[in-house]
Formats: sequence, C-alpha cells, structure tokens
Amino acid sequence: METVLTQALPVNKEGYLLDSKLWTPEWAKEVAAQLNITLTDKHFEVLKWLRDKHASGVPLTIRKVGASGLVDIKEFYALFPGGPLKISSKIAGIPKPASCI
Amino acid sequence: MNKKQLIILGAGTAGTIMANKLHHALDSNQWQISIVDRDNRHYYQPGFLFIPFGIYEPNEVVKPRTDYIPQGVNFIIDEIDRIDGENNRVFLRSGKSPVYDVLIVATGVETAPQETPGLKDKLWYKDIFDFYTYDGAVKLAEKLRTWEGGKLVINLAETQIKCPVAPLEFAFLADSYFTDKGMRDKVEIKYVTPLSGAFTKPKATEMLNGLMAEKHIEVIPDFYLAAVDNQKKVIISYEGREVPFDLLISVPVNKGDAMVERSSMGDEDGLNFIPTDKFSLQSKKFQNVFVIGDTTNVPASKAGSVAHFEADILTDNVVKFINKEPMTATFDGHSNCFIETGHEKAALIDFNYDTEPLPGKFPFAAIGPMDLLKPTHTNHLGKLFFRWVYWHLLLTGKKLPVPTHMSMKGKIVEEHKVDSLVM
Repeated sequence: METVLTQALPVNKEGYLLDSKLWTPEWAKEVAAQLNITLTDKHFEVLKWLRDKHASGVPLTIRKVGASGLVDIKEFYALFPGGPLKISSKIAGIPKPASCI
Repeated sequence: MNKKQLIILGAGTAGTIMANKLHHALDSNQWQISIVDRDNRHYYQPGFLFIPFGIYEPNEVVKPRTDYIPQGVNFIIDEIDRIDGENNRVFLRSGKSPVYDVLIVATGVETAPQETPGLKDKLWYKDIFDFYTYDGAVKLAEKLRTWEGGKLVINLAETQIKCPVAPLEFAFLADSYFTDKGMRDKVEIKYVTPLSGAFTKPKATEMLNGLMAEKHIEVIPDFYLAAVDNQKKVIISYEGREVPFDLLISVPVNKGDAMVERSSMGDEDGLNFIPTDKFSLQSKKFQNVFVIGDTTNVPASKAGSVAHFEADILTDNVVKFINKEPMTATFDGHSNCFIETGHEKAALIDFNYDTEPLPGKFPFAAIGPMDLLKPTHTNHLGKLFFRWVYWHLLLTGKKLPVPTHMSMKGKIVEEHKVDSLVM
C-alpha cells in the first residue's frame, strides 16, 4: 500500500522537492519514514547543514559532509544507509546532487 | 618603463594554452608573461590509457614543455610553495618571490592514493595499479603482459576525478585486450563505482550500462571506497561491503596541488580545488586571480577539452579585466570527448552545465559529422587523431573545428528534460 503524505508538497518524479523553501521538519519526518529512517536530532543537524550549504550555492559531495565536523563519512552512512547524499538531500528538500563529470 | 607581470602557475594543458593565447592577446611591450612548472616534461595524459595495453609506447606521450611555450614567455622551472593573494606574490621553493598584476592558476590535479588506507601499501605496483600516472601506466603494462587472469577489479575512489570516462575506457579496452590474447574466459572484470551506474548522466549511463552488459563487465554501483585490505585482497566500502580482487586497477582520490592548501585557497572538502566563478573563471577570493582547468571547483569535467574551451573564455576575460571592462565572456561547462569502447570503436559525447550528453550527430567543421553516444570506427580514428591535434593545434592555442560554446545542432532531444540535472 502506498503511504499518502499528509504534508504533500510538489516533488519531481524522483521525489525531490521542487522548491526547497517549502520544506518543513514535519514533511522531512514523513519522507524519512517512507525510507524507513526515523529522524533524530543528529539527522536534523546534518539536514540543516545541507540546506544551508545548498542555499549558499555550494555543490555538495559525501566528502564535504565528512569534512563538516558534524559527522564523519561512516556516521553519515549510518544515518542515511544506502546512498547517504542522495537520500539526505531528498529528506532535506534540496535537489538530487548532480554528480559533475 | 617596468612591464606589468602576468604569471601562470602550471605548464600543463591549460597553462600552456593560456601562455600561447595571452602571448598573442597582450602587448609584449607592456606585459611580461611568465609560466612556472616543476620540470620540463609535458605528458599527453590521454595517452596514459593506451600504455597498459601496449597501444602506445611510453615515449610517445612525453615532450619537452619548452617546445610548446612561445618565445618571449619566461619559463621558470621551480616548485611553487604558495600564493600570497593579499600581496600579489608567489613564493617559489628556490627562494624567489615574483610579484604579479594578474595570476592564472593552472596547477591541475593529481592522484592521492595515500588518502585511502591500504591503497598505497604492500601490494602497490604488485597487484594494485593506477593508470593516471606515467609510472603507474608503464608498470601496469609490464604486469598485464604476463598476468594469467583472475579477478580484475576497476575501482573509482571518488566521484570527482580527472577524465571521468577513462575508467570506462579502461574496462572496455581490457575486455578487448584479453579477448585478443585468447584469455577473456580467464578474466572476470568488475567495475566498482561510487556512482549509481556506469556514468553520471542518464542517457550516457543507459548506453554505457548496455555496453558493459554486452561485454560481460559487472557494474557494482554506489560503492564508496573506505579501505583496501592487502591481506585478504578485498576493497571495502564505508558500509562494509567487500569486493575481492586479484588485480586492482584503482583510480585514487584526485586532489588539487598541495600548493593550494598552503595558500589557503582550497574548497572546504579539503581536495584542494579552488572556488571559482563557473562563468567568468575568476577566483572567488581575489579579483586578479583566475583559475582554469582541473584546478577549479566548477561543476564541469576535469578534462583537456574543458581546459581548451575555458581558455577561449578566460583569454577574453583577462584582456577585459586588464582594460577595466566588464568580463562578459561566460563559460557554459562545455565538454567534448571520445570514449574508447574497445575493438577499435569509440563513442563521442558533447555536453555542458545544463545539457546532458545526447544522441545524434556531431557536426565537426571541415571533417564531417560523427555519431554521438554510439560506438563507431570513425570515432575511434578521431580519438587516435586527437593526439596529433593535441600537440599541433590545441596546446599552441590554434582554432579547433569545435565551437567554444556547446551547440544543439545535430543533437536529438526528447520532450522532457530531467530537472535534477540543472545545478
């Protein structure tokens, strides 16, 4: 059964929020829950950092998160298992990280 | 009258092109151009890929830098210690500290295997090789000549690497090489990448994933390298996944020159890429410092074609900056490259910041159209011909049959565009 978001916001076909300014912590919690992640304070610290960086136009990489002082790369993986940058970006309401080739 | 000073740091692809272009663009009565590098060996880096398979001999990829630096440009062989951007000065290891009016940083990137625990260890250059360095490529050629087969693992340690298609080309050429040697059945090839597929952009990934499958190369995606275990001969991801190897071909973490760190000019990920305006190529920290090629943090490929397109833009902007005019030339992220796909075929891709590689035809001026995103023999000939182009046209800043800004001419576009590609 597909879960319906109570906090529905416009997203693209991959589920990334179209306008990062519309983001709310409640929306983040619901998106995370769908990905089987229960958000803790640590998660929110990382999400805030990602949103701040995105707002200032900084291209994000896993290594940059690892150098943020908030979490190291291993902890980042533990918080958002699978593809931590892709998953955390989705929950943070910012665009999917564009791997620049 | 004392001449004004323009200093270029690095005499690789980008620095050498800039020396040639600015030598033409600036009045030599008013400007002295100097270019600094640590030695006099210019490598044709795209050629490293072919050395392990015996397609190129090592001596075919190196020439003296001085052959490509114009008369009148001062070539300084020295190590760069650091840039003092506040005082417009560069400190060199010899103790000299020339002052500049305009500085262009083109110090490129290098592999940093020491960033990954266990990578540059007991098995380095025994069962673990890189092919992004002259030494690595030459030693790997020796290894492959007598290797009897087993698990061949190609691994990318990071997503931001020089020439992002080279590891794919290596995989395809390895398939060809072992097929020709009659031992493909003895070699299991795995392509282990931190990306979600063979490549970053959707259309090209679709094509390249298909080629991988056709050539029986297993792609293991989303694998972010944490360490190499030399005892067990496995690579280990941050999530604890392991992939065993008999022969590991590593593309180590790429870092900008350590000089960037000593100058406190690097980006916050510690990889020594310099924050650069992605359109004007001006450094974000100092107005009279410009950055070009692999050294920048702009979201474009780290590749020779990008350096070449950037050089057109940067020459224009440096002249405008000197004349105190607005810098109107803007770089669009244009990249253009051949992807060697093995068995004497190659594909061609052409893209920029906003447009992913698309299928269709690429209209090379005076040469004729070539197929985009499709392996053909003509593209392979183009790739081989490019070495001549590099030495004779590209380095010396001559015009190539490719426009500076990407053109949509010949490209086939589908109706919808993936919005997540736009940065």
